[in-house]
Amino acid sequence: MNVSNNFKKGIRDGLPICFGYFAVSFAFGIFAVTEGLSAAEATLISIFNLTSAGQLSAVPIIASGGSFIELALSQLVINARYSLMSVSLSQKLDETVRLRDRLVIAFANTDEIFAVSSAQPGCVGRKYMLGLALTPFLGWTLGTLLGSIAGNVLPTVLVNALGIAIYAMFIAIVVPVAKVERGVLIASAAAVLLSVLLYYVPVLSEIPSGFSIIIIAVLVSGVMAVAAPVKEDGEQ
Amino acid sequence: MIDFVPRFFLYLLVMAGVTYLVRLLPLLLVRHKIQSRFIRSFLYYVPYAVLSAMTFPAILYSTGNTVSAVVGCAVALLLSYFGKSLLAVSASAAGAVLVTELIMLVI
Repeated sequence: MNVSNNFKKGIRDGLPICFGYFAVSFAFGIFAVTEGLSAAEATLISIFNLTSAGQLSAVPIIASGGSFIELALSQLVINARYSLMSVSLSQKLDETVRLRDRLVIAFANTDEIFAVSSAQPGCVGRKYMLGLALTPFLGWTLGTLLGSIAGNVLPTVLVNALGIAIYAMFIAIVVPVAKVERGVLIASAAAVLLSVLLYYVPVLSEIPSGFSIIIIAVLVSGVMAVAAPVKEDGEQ
Repeated sequence: MIDFVPRFFLYLLVMAGVTYLVRLLPLLLVRHKIQSRFIRSFLYYVPYAVLSAMTFPAILYSTGNTVSAVVGCAVALLLSYFGKSLLAVSASAAGAVLVTELIMLVI
């Protein structure tokens, strides 16, 4: 079986995530300060959470002195998708991954790091995963710090342009596989359709975005697992 | 303010704790290759379903305006169809958005 376990390759694959994170967390830093948090608080939140949607939803709760239950529930609902990704990721890790590596990998299991590691052929090892996680973590932290202390220095057009980086990376992960795998093409198309429906249809759009991702992932993957199961000798 | 400082750290603890446990528990509990063909197939499709759902329609609102977002999105789709690297696709899409927004500033 194919194993990706090269620290340098991990670093290289992590760089686009790092740039994308820098942009997103820069915006997060600006947002947090506008809501009334200090630059240090915003940066601490980024260091210990490493999750965009969860952090964005937490800031108004923290800034307004909301309840701990509300905060915990918001994080649970928005971040529940990560448990699905962690189950999926557990099947990608090879035997070089020890318990303490799992403790680190779990922390760094963001949408993007999960996506890039999933896209590797075969299994992934500990060195690859640690390399992959390193620069995104630094980019996320540094972006938040700079955004919260110097948000208005960077021209708006530049921040806007960086805003698309993460999504472009998602496209670059899905499209090449969808091109050759019919099942993935159908799954992706169905997910886009459902996502658009949940976003624009009045009552459905009330569902928190973290939750609608779970609904879509379970529905689409469940149907596809029955309609187009992977070959017995393993995926891909 | 003196009250606020410890309260912030409690918030931080609650938030980071929930987020970390959600990510950690499955990785600790599922240590072996899953045998069920259905579950393996299900998990194979999860990343693609998640990424596709997260990208659309959110990408249309990821920049300053929908026009530049559509241009950037088109560039990303085209380049990734031709198998360009993640970094190349990301950078080109961001570049296309920048150029589009600069043009729109001028006209």
